Amino acid sequence: MAGSIQDTFFEECEELLEATDEGLSAIEGGNHDPEVVNAVFRAVHSIKGGAGAFGLNELVAFAHRFETVFDEVRANRMELDEPLIQLLLRSCDHLYNLVAVARDGGETDQAHHDMLIEALDKYIPEEEEDLTFEPMGLGGPIDIAAIDIPQAPTEETYQIHFRPLKDMYSTGNEPFFLFQALQEMGPLEIVLDDSELPGFDSLDPEESYLSWNLTLTTSEPRSTVEAVFEFVEGLCELSIEGAGDADADAAALAALDAVFGSAPVDLTPVAEPTTMVEETTTPPFEQPAPVPTPEAQPEASGAKPSAPKAESTKSEQRGPNPTLRVDLERVDRLINAVGELIINHSMLAQQIANLDVADVRDVETELEGFKNLARDIQEGVMSIRAQPVKPLFQRMARIVREASSATSKTCKLVTEGENTEVDKTVIERLADPLTHILRNAVDHGIESPENRESANKNRIGEIRLSASHRSGSVCIEVKDDGAGVNRPRVKQIAIDKGLIPENAELTDSEIDNLLFLPGFSTAKEVSNLSGRGVGMDVVKNAVTGLGGRINISSTPGKGSTFTIILPLTLAVMDGMVVSVADQTMVVPITSIVETMRGNDDMINNLGADGTLLSIRGSFVPICDVAGALGLRKEDNDRPPGVYLLVETETGQRSALAVDDIHDQRQVVIKSLDGVCGEIAGVAAATILGDGKIAMILDPESILATSPTTAGAFDTERRMSNAS
Amino acid sequence: MQAEVKSNDQEVKHAQFSEFVSFTVAGQAFCLKITQIREIRRWSPVTILPHAPSDVLGVMNLRGAVIPIYDLSARFGLETTEASERNVVIVVSSDGKPVGLLAESVSEIISIDPEEIQETPPVDSRNTMEYIQGIISHDETMVRIINLDAVISVPEQVL
Repeated sequence: MAGSIQDTFFEECEELLEATDEGLSAIEGGNHDPEVVNAVFRAVHSIKGGAGAFGLNELVAFAHRFETVFDEVRANRMELDEPLIQLLLRSCDHLYNLVAVARDGGETDQAHHDMLIEALDKYIPEEEEDLTFEPMGLGGPIDIAAIDIPQAPTEETYQIHFRPLKDMYSTGNEPFFLFQALQEMGPLEIVLDDSELPGFDSLDPEESYLSWNLTLTTSEPRSTVEAVFEFVEGLCELSIEGAGDADADAAALAALDAVFGSAPVDLTPVAEPTTMVEETTTPPFEQPAPVPTPEAQPEASGAKPSAPKAESTKSEQRGPNPTLRVDLERVDRLINAVGELIINHSMLAQQIANLDVADVRDVETELEGFKNLARDIQEGVMSIRAQPVKPLFQRMARIVREASSATSKTCKLVTEGENTEVDKTVIERLADPLTHILRNAVDHGIESPENRESANKNRIGEIRLSASHRSGSVCIEVKDDGAGVNRPRVKQIAIDKGLIPENAELTDSEIDNLLFLPGFSTAKEVSNLSGRGVGMDVVKNAVTGLGGRINISSTPGKGSTFTIILPLTLAVMDGMVVSVADQTMVVPITSIVETMRGNDDMINNLGADGTLLSIRGSFVPICDVAGALGLRKEDNDRPPGVYLLVETETGQRSALAVDDIHDQRQVVIKSLDGVCGEIAGVAAATILGDGKIAMILDPESILATSPTTAGAFDTERRMSNAS
Repeated sequence: MQAEVKSNDQEVKHAQFSEFVSFTVAGQAFCLKITQIREIRRWSPVTILPHAPSDVLGVMNLRGAVIPIYDLSARFGLETTEASERNVVIVVSSDGKPVGLLAESVSEIISIDPEEIQETPPVDSRNTMEYIQGIISHDETMVRIINLDAVISVPEQVL
């Protein structure tokens, strides 16, 4: 139980950190809207709250400093200048690290931690302690002066009555930690009141029966005492009475009532992060704006003063769509089941077609409906898995910041198309390759500020990260405005490392693509950042592992662009069913431009092995699929009669020769991972209507392996120019 | 049936006995622990994997999962099997992933006292030493116990 609550907390932390990051980035971009500032404050505050409940002291301490500094900003007591924003951004990065350490174990960089704390402390004003307790507001900055918190420089004795509701236990709060925190302030006397405890027979193990009477003597101000209970607000009945000021400050008590006492029932639905499927409309730990005086209340709850508090809060928020948090495994089970359903449909259709019945039209109509429904379900389920790339891009912004400070270069990351939705697995597995590319871009791509200036460029390097949908696939582009690939050096290194022969004649694009060769690393010395022996080949493997491909293009002096093309989903695609050397195979429809039946007149020989297909006056090289896959015997060299015209990512056309085309249909992609190693020319497998497995071909890799077309691209270009 | 009767007779010793399924590959008797086997199916034509080595016959559909089929005979360095309907595919599990092994035919279930298992005597055949983890004598024939991990590890040539 405790574990799952903690998991929930860490999940929330991720979201809160993303919100913080997003807010800070907006502020960095010049948006000083109080709402943005408040959003960041709330997020950090919630992290601190949650961390406190789990006794993650280091995280609490750091988040507290962050929050305190930010509170100054929020109250307009401090100006958000560039150094402060940078410090806050780096602190936010460090929060990520601290959360990661708390979750996964490991060590934080202590020196870095201390350095940031010291830097943050410089911004914290002397009277910081008095300001730690400030109720969070949702509707804008709260006039803190309205709550006249008494200054308590001398020792004070507080009588605290604390009675947790059962919801407090279910949110993972532990009275012990609260008491421990109180004890740190001064002598604490704890008296347990178990008078409500029923007999054993009528005891409900989930119910809360215990309450405590605490007597605390401390020199800390009342606000600090109250702050201890900040995160169980609404989850307990609480009264704090100072011996000296019981009647002294009615306004403060009224505020207290608004926060703790008056509306525990209304508030409990707000903070209930225990269930796995959870409404995230209202982030937990957040409370509606407590207003200092009862008269002001209608103002906060808008036109419906009688509405329950929690509800009015919801309507006041910017109104994100209600969401469900669902275990990924459940979604995946559903996706598998739908995949089987689609296969099952094809099997049914095929068997009905084979039946020797005179009139099956009605059945076929119904079957068509079945197919459409199955497809609807399938698209719906797939869209559950689809997520915007925004969090991934935010992480990349951190990477660029870290990389920039490590290399003392100044770069900014500009992101585009953050709302492009991609399969969750793709997003997860893109993180590493993207990190690598971006680090490389900062380390090798962007020049030092001095060099940039002398090249008439802005001192600040720009890296543009964009995502977009492009005809059935997702395109992710990383574009830097750095120096571009140093081609002579890349070629020399490749020669030195024996990757290419010394006299190799390579085109510019071929040289650029040398970067993807295993064991290639251009860093002159091993830097902290990149060039650890693993190079861009790792990136390429990761991308091809996702069924995608990566290209690099570069202009000397202007920069380089990495383009990653990925399939939209990992589960289903439209394919053309063809037969090749008695085997049934599937070619992805997205790569096919045109299909045609050829005759001998259209085939032109070029040289000893090359054959070209003439299509409306232009010539494209023919690639025999069976030959490329090693399925055709040498003696049978009669080219098959059907051609699939395909276009590669680089825009080159080629004709794939197959025996026949059968059908066009949606197929469920079955990975061959773990079944066998990577097979040249084959992307994955699928199960056809008859229960047989068919290979899904990868035209690009077939063309790359085929001896007849690998060298023919240049020829094609020349031929089509000539015609 | 035979195995069942036998194990009833020796109920007292039953606990320490292991049950093996014996089968023939290229005329030789082999066996696998019964707990290693998920199911046994009749051979049906498989889908060829391009560029695959000769001992990888291809892949087949096992209730929606794509599983590779290896030719045991070819893997052991014996002649390649011309698979037909009479042959069987023994589905085993490797790290939770099913793998099919083509065998000529399945013979019987035999109970073996672990103490009866003899070490493979050194012979001049690299493949044999690698894939056989021991031998037993059963009904006066020699039955070879297959080292399943070695057999189903993905051969490097496929890459």
